[in-house]
Amino acid sequence: MAFALEITDLKKTYPGGVEALKGISLSVNEGDFYALLGPNGAGKSSTIGIIGSLVTKSSGSVKIFDVDTEKDSPLAKTMLGVVSQEINFSQFEKVIDIVVTQAGFYGISKKEALPRVENILKRLSLWDKRDQQARTLSGGYKRRLMIAKALVHEPKLLILDEPTAGVDIELRREMWSFLKEINKNGTTIILTTHYLEEAEQLCRNIGIIDHGKIVANTSMKDLLGSLNVQGFVFDLQSPLEEAPVIDGFPIKLEDSLTLIAAVSKDRSINALFDELSKLGIKVKSMRNEANRLEELFIEMVNSNEK
Amino acid sequence: MKNNPSIRIGLWTLAVKEIRRFLRIWVQTLVPPAVTMSLYFVIFGSLIGPRIGSMEGLDYIQFMIPGLIMMSVITNSYNNVVSSFYSVKFQKSIEELLISPMPNWTILLGFVIGGVCRGVLIGFIVFIVSLLFYPEFTVVNPLLTITVLLLTSILFSLMGFLNAVFADSFDDISIIPTFVLTPLIYLGGVFYSIKILPEFWQIVSKANPMLYVVSTFREGMLGVSDVSISFSLGMILGFIGLLTGASLYLLNKGSGIRQ
Repeated sequence: MAFALEITDLKKTYPGGVEALKGISLSVNEGDFYALLGPNGAGKSSTIGIIGSLVTKSSGSVKIFDVDTEKDSPLAKTMLGVVSQEINFSQFEKVIDIVVTQAGFYGISKKEALPRVENILKRLSLWDKRDQQARTLSGGYKRRLMIAKALVHEPKLLILDEPTAGVDIELRREMWSFLKEINKNGTTIILTTHYLEEAEQLCRNIGIIDHGKIVANTSMKDLLGSLNVQGFVFDLQSPLEEAPVIDGFPIKLEDSLTLIAAVSKDRSINALFDELSKLGIKVKSMRNEANRLEELFIEMVNSNEK
Repeated sequence: MKNNPSIRIGLWTLAVKEIRRFLRIWVQTLVPPAVTMSLYFVIFGSLIGPRIGSMEGLDYIQFMIPGLIMMSVITNSYNNVVSSFYSVKFQKSIEELLISPMPNWTILLGFVIGGVCRGVLIGFIVFIVSLLFYPEFTVVNPLLTITVLLLTSILFSLMGFLNAVFADSFDDISIIPTFVLTPLIYLGGVFYSIKILPEFWQIVSKANPMLYVVSTFREGMLGVSDVSISFSLGMILGFIGLLTGASLYLLNKGSGIRQ
């Protein structure tokens, strides 16, 4: 099976000498939902820019479904859809015209494009706004329009650069469900995001890029499995005045009714429950502490800096 | 291109987008030249013109008509492409094109078609306005007139494109039209025949490329010219070739559009 994306020893040095990519290599399987994470300035947008022909590479190769983006650029481009980080459509045109025009750039006639555009705009709740000038849309709808534009030629690989930045929670959830659906229907998706919860919720595999180098490229499950310590949040039935001291389990009192405990991989959570029971502390409910990925991410980026 | 419908559709889409753009803002693009040229015809044609007398054996307003049409065609073709291409760079909607499979030559051609359509449409509007002031005007050589009209429009659309490629700010797209194009057009025989100038200034005027464009167009419309027609047409075609090559080279290199 061909990789949806195969990057080999990709380097980019900008005029002025900034070395954004120092020879990254990564591959993404067909049908995957892949997260590319990294702090600001790590090289994510340069990588996406090179894949989408918006940035000129210094060296290395990029293949989309085994087609080299340099040797057969038109074919590679027809298989790729990119949702850029910044709004990149004419704000003075109507929503429907923007999407139909984008289809035309991919060689899809207006007659052929119109039913597709209607379908995509309806799925993204933009159909009612089709005759509005794009500048009158709210930020969230502009993001949806970016996605509609990237999907109109039915690409096999969709890359989204921070698609939910600045989008409210409800809309973010809607977009997640939309992306999950198109991934289920066969589109390979790569996304960069600052919301690590988003990557954890959506993606099966993950690459972490920092200072122009790949510092991790693995499955989300393995990566999370490599966490030595997991945080658990306990909602208590009765208030406490101070955190209990239990040997081997660092615990802090978040508020009088909430405890947060760190449980290392070699310890059982049952043992913690036993200890809490012995102290007469009754637990009403328990959940994983959010941002497990965030801990790992910070850990990896910090160790790379060292 | 016949064998590649995708490219044909892409080019058609871009050209229609460009034409739709200047038609959408018709108050800014189509009306001002009609108003400005009406004022030229009123002041220089109807009021001052009769006192000037004849130029090259023609009524002054009649002599002026081809020059004013050419002036409008040049500025509008240039401005259309420079402002449109710089805007797509500025708004980043250039990414829509760069990310698509459209070859660079279709991108260039799409913008040039937009510039030519606006230039030709404005030329036609100014011609209609001129007929209100000089109804008896007849075109001597329609084929040469249309040929020069189209070639001039293509040439200045290409110049506008190159200006936009290098532009980094909105100031950069107004410097050349204001400080280079306009003076050259005004001194390029729009309002007078260079034969009325002293010999030295006639020689200097012949270094002005606008003279060749305006004079050749006047030859087509009125049958009078200050320059050799074949030489002028050769120069226009030569520059079109040169600027097309330069534009494609810069597009392929990604200058000003790719990081």
